[in-house]
Amino acid sequence: MNGFEALVLTIITASTPLLLAAIGELVVERSGVLNLGVEGMMIVGAVAAFGVAHVTGSPLLGVVAALFAGVAMSVLFGVLTLNLMANQVATGLALTILGLGLSGMIGEGFIGEPGQRLAALHIPVLSDLPLVGSIVFSQDILVYASIALVIGTYHFLFRTRSGLILRAVGDNHTSAHALGYSVIKVRFLAVMFGGACAGLAGAYLSLAYTPQWVEGMTAGRGWIALALVVFASWRPNRVLIGAYLFGAVSILQFHAQAAGIGVPSQLMSAMPYLATIIVLIIISRNVTLTKTNTPACLGKAFVPDR
Amino acid sequence: MDVHSQNVIGAKARPELIRASGITKRFGEILANDGVDLTIREGEIHALLGENGAGKSTLVKILYGALEQTSGTIAWKGKEVSISNPAAARKLGIGMVFQHFSLFEALTVVENIALALPKGEKMADLAERIVEVSNRYGLPLDPKALVADLPVGIRQRIEIVRCLLQEPSLLIMDEPTSVLTPQEADELFKTLFRLADEGCAILYISHRLEEVKRICHHATIMRHGRVVSECDPTKETPATLARMMVGEDVHAVKSDHTGAVGDVLIHLDNVSLEADSTFGVALKNISLDVHAGEVVGIAGIAANGQSELFDVISGERLVHENKSIQLLGSEAGRMKINERRRLGAAFVPEERLGHGAVPGLVLSDNVVLTRHSTGDHLIKKTVVNKSGAENMEKRIKVSYDVRMSHDNPEARSLSGGNLQKFVVGRELDRNPKVMVINQPTWGVDAGAAALIRQALINLARNGAAIVVISQDLDEIYEVADRIAVLSRGELSAPEPAQNMTRERIGMLMAGMGEANSNQQEVQHDATGA
Amino acid sequence: MRLVLEKRAEHSRLMTVVSPLLAIGLSLIAGSIMFVMIGVNPAEAIYAFFIEPLTSTWSLEELVVKSAPLVLIAVGLSVCFLSNNWNIGAEGQFTMGAIFGSIIPVLFHGFTGPLALPAMIIMGALGGMFWASIPAFLKTRFGTNEILTSLMLVYIAQYILDYLVRGPWRDPDGFNFPESRLYEADHTMWMLGDGRMHFGAIFALVAVIAVWFMLTKTIKGFEIKVMGQTPRAGQFAGFSRKGIVWFSFLISGAFAGIAGIVEVSGTIGQLTPVISPGYGFTAIIVAFLGRLNPIGILFAGLLLGLSYIGGEAAQVTLGMTDKTTSVFQGMLLFFVLACDTLILYKVRLVKPQPTAGGAHERV
Repeated sequence: MNGFEALVLTIITASTPLLLAAIGELVVERSGVLNLGVEGMMIVGAVAAFGVAHVTGSPLLGVVAALFAGVAMSVLFGVLTLNLMANQVATGLALTILGLGLSGMIGEGFIGEPGQRLAALHIPVLSDLPLVGSIVFSQDILVYASIALVIGTYHFLFRTRSGLILRAVGDNHTSAHALGYSVIKVRFLAVMFGGACAGLAGAYLSLAYTPQWVEGMTAGRGWIALALVVFASWRPNRVLIGAYLFGAVSILQFHAQAAGIGVPSQLMSAMPYLATIIVLIIISRNVTLTKTNTPACLGKAFVPDR
Repeated sequence: MDVHSQNVIGAKARPELIRASGITKRFGEILANDGVDLTIREGEIHALLGENGAGKSTLVKILYGALEQTSGTIAWKGKEVSISNPAAARKLGIGMVFQHFSLFEALTVVENIALALPKGEKMADLAERIVEVSNRYGLPLDPKALVADLPVGIRQRIEIVRCLLQEPSLLIMDEPTSVLTPQEADELFKTLFRLADEGCAILYISHRLEEVKRICHHATIMRHGRVVSECDPTKETPATLARMMVGEDVHAVKSDHTGAVGDVLIHLDNVSLEADSTFGVALKNISLDVHAGEVVGIAGIAANGQSELFDVISGERLVHENKSIQLLGSEAGRMKINERRRLGAAFVPEERLGHGAVPGLVLSDNVVLTRHSTGDHLIKKTVVNKSGAENMEKRIKVSYDVRMSHDNPEARSLSGGNLQKFVVGRELDRNPKVMVINQPTWGVDAGAAALIRQALINLARNGAAIVVISQDLDEIYEVADRIAVLSRGELSAPEPAQNMTRERIGMLMAGMGEANSNQQEVQHDATGA
Repeated sequence: MRLVLEKRAEHSRLMTVVSPLLAIGLSLIAGSIMFVMIGVNPAEAIYAFFIEPLTSTWSLEELVVKSAPLVLIAVGLSVCFLSNNWNIGAEGQFTMGAIFGSIIPVLFHGFTGPLALPAMIIMGALGGMFWASIPAFLKTRFGTNEILTSLMLVYIAQYILDYLVRGPWRDPDGFNFPESRLYEADHTMWMLGDGRMHFGAIFALVAVIAVWFMLTKTIKGFEIKVMGQTPRAGQFAGFSRKGIVWFSFLISGAFAGIAGIVEVSGTIGQLTPVISPGYGFTAIIVAFLGRLNPIGILFAGLLLGLSYIGGEAAQVTLGMTDKTTSVFQGMLLFFVLACDTLILYKVRLVKPQPTAGGAHERV
């Protein structure tokens, strides 16, 4: 394996959790809901994946567990914001705080335990090809899932009737309701999808990125995923580009540290967060782009009239 | 144009299409509909008349399946049916065009229409069908256009075409002309007659009595949730229809239109303003003088720059040139809203709840909202004088007949009419020298509307300069001494009210000013012939 | 039967008081279930968490020490949240306050005397304000979402602190531990009594009273509420949208910054890589539990402070992990948000109605 291959592989590894979480949140926000609890859902997914994989010895069962854990967290969020009309921003924060606490408690016993690694798929012939074999055809199932989710989400949003309904609900919930669509139901399903994706993102962290349990191991990736959705102006293909850009930034920062550039390591570690802020500034400077693309009902509670 | 020549079949001979019997709808303690009966026949244009809060929209929502009645039955072509949701209504053949369009701005025309149709049709096929049907009814549409980019008249077309594609037997239209110029409304009426001729029944909700008299075969009049009368509107006058609607003779507003005017108190000189967003309107070279003692009415269809004009006069948005706006003789283009208030100006915005008043604050706090720095001594060393504000709230309540369930409630608990009386009263209580008011009686009951309009006229007669921005032509005629028309951010020169015919206002609304008035004459002759 | 929410015409004053209490009750129930699930007797656990710490002077003092920063930060955050500015980066502003305030004891430790400590406090406030001004500037200048920027700045502040204590500010006599030098007596917060209680509690109390006065009595408080609820109406009242963003961020940044330097100079005595058990985030819970009202925040801060001490106590006596504290805090915030629904809505049980006209007549 040469240096370039290694670089590309690590970038894919760093980008996949961001991509998984962001594509889920994109669908949530397209339906008009702002779930700031991605970080919380993600870390609960991470601990569930690690725990189940550790106990059963099956990383795949871990992935399934993470999916359900993410959904369970998102259901909490859905009940509060969609049924009880709680403030979405505050509830998202609550979800993150709860998720961090819960994962810390559950994961206490896992600290230092050996983890299970999600195996790369081996596709006969293709995986043995030079370069593309290792980069394209020897990834684990979650990497393929993340790409498939981007394509699937694009197709769903812009090519299917259900996707049209979801976009309609995010654009104007009153009208969607007047046409007889169930705003709450559509949003609830979207929120659950977002939870599932965040759970998978967590699973990727604790089963593939660093196959072990470290408290707070999401390290703000859930928040970066939120920023990515804004960066992508709510378009699946741009989420893909954004996630890989961010993945690249965080990997280059490692390589720069390893290369011993005369810069404090803390500055390099802070790079992804700094980059997030810079990206947000660049995006928000383009007012027309953000304004015309933001789902009009984003963050607004839907109260059916009487 | 006369509808009645076009309908040769006698009313009684037409078969019944829908019959609602004893419809009652209860919201908590309020009876929104109380034993309502309504029968619509095939091919009939049926007016549903009533004031705001009379129960019209509740009834219509029940017929369209958006609400469920507490009791009562609906029969469709003689068979009892349950219309549990809008999809069921559409399946029966009921279509509805909403007053506030239920369109999705971020979606295209064809996507908008697809959402209202049963699934199964391919987008491309649907787009073709839209082009075909919209052309057939004289309402051409581009299926690929993004709704956000379309003007309001075209948006209404989308709603209508969306209904027509389902080949409805009953089309419900809620205040369809409120967003149209008189000429556009005439075009719409042609489409309606054509539909009626094809056998489609139309339930036409309006409070524009002239219109109802002109196009409807039958009228059902509601008041306080009940049907109070039915009539043939062609045999009534607008005045008799109004009486049935309100239940008493409407207190006529007295305006002597003296024309005796004093100094210029509002002076706009070539005021321009960029649009603040993709959906905003830019103001272009607006000039206007308003004198002490007069009311200038500014007519126009929604979203032609009304709120922008209001914002630059009030100071919520500042213009570049300080001298291009003068209030009471002071250059004010760069002055903030409270400085303008201190000069003696008062402002009432279009949106009562959320702009003119804070929904979650009590009324006395809402007094503080506009009067904290107007020299009313409500603030002493940054501390709010709460009892002072409460006294003012009581004074306004008494003077302007604001009715409330208990003392000093939150603004959101007041009805539209009462809140508007409060918001207007709060400013009139200051005895302002200049007043700018946007849509003074929008969605307000007739009693409150008359009270507000009279108060404005009285204020002018006492020497104030007043600008009334309104989409309601009847209101403009009632209060204005001079009338100007706002169209796409441009303001026509104000002219004495008696010189402004509805037709001329209509032309100006459509942006057809003096330059091509000859051409208008010709066209008019042609249609008249 | 199904639950239906019915909007109230006005908010319920009764529920404003009842809802936080209800939330605490529900959290205790859910907490008990959690304790049973991890095999701890819930009665013992709740006793250890919430009663036992109140029985000794030592832990009462500790309660004051822990609650003071929570209250101080949360009072500042209440101004932000009331005006609809989502500053969730108080943890970062706390850290920057600690760093700025520590410039004097670390770099100018010769500057002693009665003015040293006030200077440190002012520096701390400035540090917090500086860090809070970044999201405020980005929001007012570019319209950048302040939630994400203020949060990202937390991570950055923590890396800066980490860099300083491992690098230029490391104590030369500290055996290479990642710590700054120990502060001189003149750089240590004024103490209250002989125990661990220090002046931070006074700052918190002053902040509670001052902000309570501002919010309930003054035109500034009126402005904050109006801009938070209905910015369009606030603009009509002549209030500035940008002004309120700056005001609320600066005041909350100053309070968090003061809390930071007070914690370092009063409780820890030097800079270390970790100076907060998450006060800046817990303060968000405190602010909401206190209904964004300074008086309520005082009580909420004491309760959450208790949960920290109780967590430590339960760790010792029952061998429970101290992570239960944060789970408990998270649950509490959830229940607070859920119960707040009762303030604006009535909850009704609705029987499935026999639909209009009687179903039997239908075909």
